[in-house]
Amino acid sequence: MNAVVAEETLLTLRGRKVVGGVAEGEALVTRERISGWGGIDPRTGTVIETRHELRGRSFAGKVLVFPGAKGSSGWSAMFHVARLMGMAPAAMLFNEMTTKIALGAVVTHAPSLTDFDRDPLDCIATGDWVRVDAERGIVEVTKKNTTGDHA
Amino acid sequence: MHLSDEEKAMRDGRDGPAVQKAMDLLMRYGEALGAERLVETHNVCATITSTTPFQRDFALERGGGMDAVFSEFSLDSQEVVAIPKFKTFTSHLQLGFDPGQPERMGVSEAIVEFYAKSERHAAGLGAQIMNTCTPYQVGNIPTRGEHCAWMESSAVVYCNSVLGARTNTEGRESTGAAMLTGRIPYWGYHLDEHRRATHVVELDIEVESVEDWGLLGYYMGDLVQERVPVVHSRRGIARVPNLPRLKHFGAAASSSGGVEMYHIVGITPEALTLEQALGGKAPVEVLRYGEAERRATYEKINATGRDAEVQYVMLGCPHYTIEQIWEAAQLIEGRKVHESCELWIFTPRAIKSLADRNGYTKIIEDAGGILMSDSCSAMSRAVPKGTKTVALDSAKQAHYLPAILGVEAWFGSTAQCIDAACTGRWNGSHA
Repeated sequence: MNAVVAEETLLTLRGRKVVGGVAEGEALVTRERISGWGGIDPRTGTVIETRHELRGRSFAGKVLVFPGAKGSSGWSAMFHVARLMGMAPAAMLFNEMTTKIALGAVVTHAPSLTDFDRDPLDCIATGDWVRVDAERGIVEVTKKNTTGDHA
Repeated sequence: MHLSDEEKAMRDGRDGPAVQKAMDLLMRYGEALGAERLVETHNVCATITSTTPFQRDFALERGGGMDAVFSEFSLDSQEVVAIPKFKTFTSHLQLGFDPGQPERMGVSEAIVEFYAKSERHAAGLGAQIMNTCTPYQVGNIPTRGEHCAWMESSAVVYCNSVLGARTNTEGRESTGAAMLTGRIPYWGYHLDEHRRATHVVELDIEVESVEDWGLLGYYMGDLVQERVPVVHSRRGIARVPNLPRLKHFGAAASSSGGVEMYHIVGITPEALTLEQALGGKAPVEVLRYGEAERRATYEKINATGRDAEVQYVMLGCPHYTIEQIWEAAQLIEGRKVHESCELWIFTPRAIKSLADRNGYTKIIEDAGGILMSDSCSAMSRAVPKGTKTVALDSAKQAHYLPAILGVEAWFGSTAQCIDAACTGRWNGSHA
């Protein structure tokens, strides 16, 4: 099959503001929850958890789309350090609200949204270009790839 | 978010810039959660001190020393603010090493010195230097209904479930803000409706030993993840689980899953009956725990164990009680740790001093083992040189050590672990 011609489609999601601000970047999507302490290396923004589907991939500068946080109470501290190292995600979109993710998003200073009108895990794929306007609660997704990069 | 007049005054700077920064963080955090208000807390458990080269360099770079570290890492404030004395009773949790054992833990003198400085700073502000994941062993036992702001998953689950106090799993920054304001978002486990059981775990077998409770906890956490289980036995639980058993049980459930609250009918304070634990609702699911589930859980925890040669035995996750040290001392008295193996036991500092007086430290040391405090192998990433395989009596530590250090782990009873230490071999079987 020939190289697929990128057919730009735009779709919009609405969610609730967790952390304000506007940011855009390439999406990094996982259906697996992410651990902070013992789950990421804040020096590189890389997922290190054994058996995690994103193991070895960095979320630095990406729009991280994931179900939510799991693991130790060191979650916020690890993402906090990632931010100080310049390795934080550009924005975070997630479904499950917990104290770990709320505090983690706040100290990461990354625009963040939750409580969406449709599941971001179903309609955003890794590689899509995503613009997050957390102030207005709007996510604009440009689907650049129609080959189905969706994990 | 609704603020009281007192909270507005703190927000507006009445108590100085650090308290103002703390209120600002609590408001950002509370709004992120969707909390309607804050709740007063007089009980915080947290990590405050600094044990990493990164934090030391950060303190040097920013200037302002320990206040700079607290401002950034405990208040999320880029501006360095002078930290006043804490308003709230604050217990310090475990660290990244035992400052009394820098060589064994592979830590440089410079880092120990930096830590000592940060410990003096924290103590000066009012932190209790308990340095343990089990503050409820050494003077911080909240009462039923008390609103707390605790970190450390194994302590959080004990606080909610066994003591009936109320806390979410907080982090370094939210606890930092709570120390200075006496406030935390009123959300999650602070509210009655989130404390009710969603899942029933029906026991078909007796659960008696510390190992049994560790296995049940690991099984339960794996299946219910972050929801609220209630353990029930139609015959009643024959042997009431004591502190070490519930300590291991909760730690296991919060490792394989994210359990922050559980009930045991007839034992924990919000479960006089199954109906009470469930809040009158039907459970989402009823799980059965019998011989097959116990065996499968044992296999799962021991999945990394291959080589019978054991170079390291670690006890004390969560930190050992004095009763457990007494038992370990009895098991090892008159025996010797094998030359190819090391035995490290971890406990809070206060309990170590009791063990010193009781003569247990000497018994353990005479046998070739070491009693340490403040940390554990998972926190410190420190194990004896050449360790390939470890033996553990903690399901939590068996969950984390292979992932963190790439070692093989055997899990079993304390007696099996002491045998492994003295023979250099794992002889545990499917007990």
